[in-house]
Amino acid sequence: MTTPAPAPRDSSGNPSTQQQPDSTRADPPRTDSTRHASTRHASTRPGTAGPDNPRAGFARPRAHRPRWFVAFLRHPSALFGTAVVLLLLLSAGLSFIWTPYDPQRANPYDQWLSPSFTHLLGTDNIGRDIFSVLLVGARVTVGVALGSAVVAAIVGIALAALGALTARWVREGVAVLVDVLIAFPTLLIAMMLASAFGGSLLVVVLAVGFSFGVNIGRVSRPELRRVRRADFVLAGRAAGRGPVRNLTTHLLPNVAPVFIVQLSWAMAVAILAEAGLSYLGYGAPSGTPSWGRMLAELQSYIGIHPWSVLWPGLAITLTVLAFNLLGDAIRDVTDPRLTRAPVVTA
Amino acid sequence: MIRFLATRLVLLLVGLLIASALIFFTLRVLPGDVAQVIAGTQSTPEQVAAIREQLGLDVPLPVQYLDWVGGILRGDLGSSLITRTPVAEELAEKAAVTVPLALLSLVIALLIAVPFGVLAALRRNTASGTAFAVTAQALAAVPVVWAGMMLVIVFAVWLGWLPPQGFPRSGWDDPAAAIRSLILPALTIGVVEGAVLLRFVRSATLEAIGQDYVRTAAATGLTRRRALITHGLPNVALSVVSVLALQVAGLLVGAVIVEQLFTLPGVGRMLVSDVGNRDLEKVQGAVFLFTAIVLVIGALVDVLARVLDPRQRETT
Repeated sequence: MTTPAPAPRDSSGNPSTQQQPDSTRADPPRTDSTRHASTRHASTRPGTAGPDNPRAGFARPRAHRPRWFVAFLRHPSALFGTAVVLLLLLSAGLSFIWTPYDPQRANPYDQWLSPSFTHLLGTDNIGRDIFSVLLVGARVTVGVALGSAVVAAIVGIALAALGALTARWVREGVAVLVDVLIAFPTLLIAMMLASAFGGSLLVVVLAVGFSFGVNIGRVSRPELRRVRRADFVLAGRAAGRGPVRNLTTHLLPNVAPVFIVQLSWAMAVAILAEAGLSYLGYGAPSGTPSWGRMLAELQSYIGIHPWSVLWPGLAITLTVLAFNLLGDAIRDVTDPRLTRAPVVTA
Repeated sequence: MIRFLATRLVLLLVGLLIASALIFFTLRVLPGDVAQVIAGTQSTPEQVAAIREQLGLDVPLPVQYLDWVGGILRGDLGSSLITRTPVAEELAEKAAVTVPLALLSLVIALLIAVPFGVLAALRRNTASGTAFAVTAQALAAVPVVWAGMMLVIVFAVWLGWLPPQGFPRSGWDDPAAAIRSLILPALTIGVVEGAVLLRFVRSATLEAIGQDYVRTAAATGLTRRRALITHGLPNVALSVVSVLALQVAGLLVGAVIVEQLFTLPGVGRMLVSDVGNRDLEKVQGAVFLFTAIVLVIGALVDVLARVLDPRQRETT
């Protein structure tokens, strides 16, 4: 079908299709009209997504909102995830303007107060209002999550592009390297960096971003390879776009759903890693309220005041759950093929 | 098969080499001068130079690296920069706690994930199936530290069944006490890791249920459940085995945190204090050990998958 002669096709007999009954594209009889024959004429290969897909001839009038957006709104996980993430952002934002009490000031007369209307979630070992500390701690959570996602996106795009679009020996080399890097757990990378630089939130961000970036590179490499030879990429190259510009305008938008899903999960892992590292003493520095640090500081008292430790733990769990569900929902909505839950651990 | 084993072995060795290089140069190049780090900020240049010479840091980095790799091949991981005891010896001693902990956690995780994951998939449209899936989703989001604290509160503080932390001083000479002190830590890792794995088992089973060969088997007269068990589950097992290496990585990370929480004298706890002391030689050894375990298990899993899966054998 690469060089169909227009004249016999437009005539009523349609001989060209009859001569190739075992052609890879089985023409459905319903498209057999001259109008559609002329649109199909432009297609270069069967099954290619895009405007020359046989079904495109029947395209309905475009909906005002994209379909995935409607599906997203109807997805219960998406609603929960969005709600919790909004609440998190709101708490972090609010903490800059107002907190019920000063989250830093020790108050020896108010130790271990039970939850009440004056102290919503009670007070801790040095009399700080737990609710206020939680609000301020949300800042660290937001910062670590966003920072890790940015680093992960950079590392992931770089590794995926190097692993999918370069010369064969570079590609294979990157693939082996990625397989080795994936064996480094996030926490170990963070501890290596912490032993070199001392612990800080930057170390957490770099470690999570790097290790999850490797993960993203691994997952999105086959996606990039899949779209690499698509017609629109070829067209882009023919139109004179360089490789980098082609990557940003044609390739990346087509694998964006995979990226967004992975980044959502990356934020979940980042929050877990911050909790773990801050607990070990290599995350948030003392004096920076964070949910992980709260767990570490309250640990000695769980025998006597078990309820105090409930709040930061619940806050972490809810936020991680929200980012996980958000990722799941985006995946369900944008790509029904990917049904596997990821195996990711902090 | 032999050819496959050979290529996989070469790949593993290359992987180990790359990992060792990455660890070595990350720890030696990034922090600048290790001797300066050990000497501290208050030291004079002469002291730093003395330390450098004493630790063999004055030879060029590539030579140091080759020394280290040569040592690994002979089973020598260098010695602690602070106590001067051999790293390999200390690792072996601490592994007596970490290895049983990791194995016990793995067993618990599998016992939770496999039966309940399959069940959650089979009952996907019922209340109980949804409950399993939702519980797993929530548990997978729980930070390991917090899960451990909650278990301590319930089983050690309230019920008083198990010790809240510590490991018997006599170690494995008193096996009952040793196992008792490992139950809560292993449960902590096992529950969280099991929840992560459960989600994976569930979606792999769901995928298997939708496969044509399961439908065909059902069409030949098997019940749907029977068809899934005989034809679908082997494929689920394959995909579970294929993520085992990542699972082990998760277990080891969990062990680092849990050993700290329960004050168990294992490799993870040692690593935490070494990072604090900036004992780079020991950090290097422990991190390499962890990574090597993950890489070796990854290679074993590849071989195992090939033995289990006839489709993979036919392709070459």
